[in-house]
Amino acid sequence: MAKRDRLSGNEAVAIALRQINPDVFPAFPITPSTEIPQYFASFAANGEVDTEFIPVESEHSSMSAAIGASAAGARALTATSSCGLAYMWEELYIAASNRLPLALALVNRALSGPININCDHSDSMGARDSGWIQVYAENNQEAYDNMVQAFRISEHNDVRLPIMICQDGFITSHAVENIELLEDEEVKGFVGAYEPENYLLNPECPMAVGPYSVTDYYMEAKRNQAEGTRHVERVMLEVAEEFEKLSGRAYGLFEAYRLEDADRAVVMIGSAAGTTKDAIDKLREKGEKVGLLKIRLFRPFPADAIAEALKNVKAVAVMDRAEGYTNQGGPLGADVMSALFRARSSALAVNIVYGLGGRDVRVEDMEQVFAELKTIIDNNDAGETYRYMGVRE
Amino acid sequence: MAYNFKETMNKPERLAPGHRMCAGCGGTIAVRNVLRGLHEGDKAVIGNATGCLEVSTFTYPYTSWEDSYIHNAFENAGATMSGVEGAYKALKRKGKLSENFKFITFGGDGGTYDIGFQSLSGAMERNHDMVYVCYDNGAYMNTGIQRSSATPMYADTTTTPVGSQSDGKPQNRKDLAAIIAAHDVPYVAQTTFIQNFKDLHIKSEKAIYTPGAAFLNIMAPCPRGWRYNTPDIMEICKLAVETCYWPLFEVVEGKWILNYEPKSKKPIEDFLKPQGRFKHLFKKENEYLLEAFQKEVDRRWEELLFRCSGTVNR
Repeated sequence: MAKRDRLSGNEAVAIALRQINPDVFPAFPITPSTEIPQYFASFAANGEVDTEFIPVESEHSSMSAAIGASAAGARALTATSSCGLAYMWEELYIAASNRLPLALALVNRALSGPININCDHSDSMGARDSGWIQVYAENNQEAYDNMVQAFRISEHNDVRLPIMICQDGFITSHAVENIELLEDEEVKGFVGAYEPENYLLNPECPMAVGPYSVTDYYMEAKRNQAEGTRHVERVMLEVAEEFEKLSGRAYGLFEAYRLEDADRAVVMIGSAAGTTKDAIDKLREKGEKVGLLKIRLFRPFPADAIAEALKNVKAVAVMDRAEGYTNQGGPLGADVMSALFRARSSALAVNIVYGLGGRDVRVEDMEQVFAELKTIIDNNDAGETYRYMGVRE
Repeated sequence: MAYNFKETMNKPERLAPGHRMCAGCGGTIAVRNVLRGLHEGDKAVIGNATGCLEVSTFTYPYTSWEDSYIHNAFENAGATMSGVEGAYKALKRKGKLSENFKFITFGGDGGTYDIGFQSLSGAMERNHDMVYVCYDNGAYMNTGIQRSSATPMYADTTTTPVGSQSDGKPQNRKDLAAIIAAHDVPYVAQTTFIQNFKDLHIKSEKAIYTPGAAFLNIMAPCPRGWRYNTPDIMEICKLAVETCYWPLFEVVEGKWILNYEPKSKKPIEDFLKPQGRFKHLFKKENEYLLEAFQKEVDRRWEELLFRCSGTVNR
């Protein structure tokens, strides 16, 4: 039986974690993710979980301790934002290369500098090649649902990779929305027990983790890691199917919103997708064929499925809430355009950088994007393919 | 139980031979002797900061470690073991594990005094039930003898080279054992390889079996970095203690205890002379540097005596 509630994204994720009742949760506060460990510390203090909560002295140590705990045989996770994730950078690679199924509740926030506490995706985009699975949410419900599904994907025997569950700082982490929660027992049953094959605390068989690997072996280790990545799409869809049976809420690798017959599409990640849906609904009322592809799984990148979903569009705007400093646009733009190229798409594509450091995205802004796409189709020319939205030049 | 040298040395090795550490390396002597502090049959998870010890004992696909072992990175051995120990507590609490484990982490002075200092400080302050062992050879030996904050004053290292405008490292070494003692952990000790290894053995056993966080600082000479005659390691260690350069002490629940006081303190030259890294101090015109070195050793020794006043015992 689902329970209706009004919750912020942070509280919703914290409740998912209470229901999961992980073994070890090391954490260090950073805005806007601070509330997640804070809520969780109260759950632990009140005996609602029997997790070992470790309030460490830095984010580097929270990820290091999560790695130690996961290697030891525990279900572990941590939470962070922005510079905290940047400080973990070295450890992200180590977690993934050790094939440790641990989770990170990431609340997206701009990286310094200048220092800024509001949302953009520069933090997680910086970690996109670290070997972590990256899953993004549009709203509080999705943040909660993704967290519930996280360990099932990460711990799957064919995957065994760490997973980053991302939501937009303040926009979803702090805004309160109506949300449907699963019953505690339902989550417990869905997530199941963690039974690792090999672990440090196995009394029957010791294990060594983190070797020095010379030229003769390093490349095989990395190739082996890529093998885990190749199974993520399938496993994620299997888990989503099971989750739908439990919750009634359907998830895929991405969400296609009014995309089927669209000639113009926006591709984007995160909360601005909600704003874009509003713009689409308004334009559809006027008979305009516009749609949205909202990324859920960004790493690994489901390129083929995305290209297939965009195969009928004439023009596409890929929206990046992060700069890539390539003079070409942002990371999502690069990946989507490469997917379109490989699928021999003839769509005219532009990449628009928007919303940095929490810069507001309005319905009118997105209507303007669709208007620009119309001009592109009319001129049969993408024009400047690297654009900015909502900036004072 | 009284210390029995023969029995202790005949315990099964928990660091198997065949690793790639240098002949005469102090690091492995420290490790093997610390692990002898574990009671037979007791299980352990060993942690390790990046350094000579890690790259030479766990080179894929080989490992020398008989116990479970984790290397994570250079600067986070303390935090990593915090997580392992946290997992142990959680799995025990949830009834998923019935066996007992001990937790021992090794780091060189680079991974301990310097880049791993924050992680170590956090782990000690949180009082995880673990032992952090620093095998202190007074420089970053793995990368080729660069100075650390454990390097003694005037030592010739590759980043404090002696030259026409340089007498070697200009600063004194950091007193890490005192700093960790200030974390109010239940057990801190400083030791090295002396006589029949009794001091090191007893301190290791105490550190391992004291509930809560414990820290061992073990002077572990590096023949390559210190440039002494490799077989003379025991003599070098003895001189470090007899000159009061490396005193043997413990801090038990905040109480400072001096474990050994030389009958007559030897001049610091005796310790410095056999080491190539201090060769320049023995030029006629550098006598004043030796005096300054001696003065610093004296100052620290007096300070230690004051801290331990009335507690010279074992």
